[in-house]
Amino acid sequence: MRSLFAFAAGSLFGIGLLISGMTDTTKVRGWLDLFGDWDPTLAFVMGGAIVPMFIAWRIAERRTMAVLGTPIPAPSDAQIERRLILGSVLFGAGWGLSGLCPGPSIASLSFGGTGGLVFVAAMLLGMGAAPRITRALNAVPPARAA
Amino acid sequence: MPIDWIYGLTGGVLIGLAAAAYLLVNGRIMGASGIVGGLVDGTGRSSASERFSFLAGLLIAPGITAAAIGGSETHLTDNLIVVGLAGVLVGVGTRIANGCTSGHGVCGISRLSLRGIVATLFYIGAGALTVVAARSLFGIG
Repeated sequence: MRSLFAFAAGSLFGIGLLISGMTDTTKVRGWLDLFGDWDPTLAFVMGGAIVPMFIAWRIAERRTMAVLGTPIPAPSDAQIERRLILGSVLFGAGWGLSGLCPGPSIASLSFGGTGGLVFVAAMLLGMGAAPRITRALNAVPPARAA
Repeated sequence: MPIDWIYGLTGGVLIGLAAAAYLLVNGRIMGASGIVGGLVDGTGRSSASERFSFLAGLLIAPGITAAAIGGSETHLTDNLIVVGLAGVLVGVGTRIANGCTSGHGVCGISRLSLRGIVATLFYIGAGALTVVAARSLFGIG
């Protein structure tokens, strides 16, 4: 049952990514191109996605369990730490270079050619290396403000 | 073009509905990097079948849809060195930061999570600077 609904959610996510144009890297890089020929499409995609999800969080607040019996995930109690900022900057650089982020890279894998395969293979390598980098980051004492 | 915005909004609502269903039915955050990353580093072993099922849908459904209605152009640069470098950066970065556009962006911002909002500002800022730098330094895009 869980797998069936997961498959349905993944399918809907993928179709949404395709229809919205997020598997087309020129649209994504065009949105990031704030200082050039700006393409606003991604703002409509984000806005469209956030509305149903905002309602879903309001519904989730009133219950402790999801329909299939898993607890609704609690908000992360982590602070705005170094790894959140550093990781987001690295991710943004890769996103800007290619126009691909994790969801669309998988959604376009069946029609993205060699480049799409190279991207996903490299992304998996990076994900495999990440725990070691995170441990190293956590080992460095935080910088203190004077 | 206005038509692009309508497709964007329609596709965006579908993405939001998928995230809403995954939260309310399965009790999971729909973050693509978390779902994949948990399988790569083993932290998601206990929910592996759910993750693989999600990814199967994410892989198969757009492939079939693209074959039926088109939209299969990705316009990815053919410079495979750049593509590989970008892939590594996306893989490392999203896992260090614990989320990507779907997790921090769609699911985090809609929860009014400060972490999601801060992460989104930083990856969009870094992405915008990279687009400018890639064009002026390497002639990409």
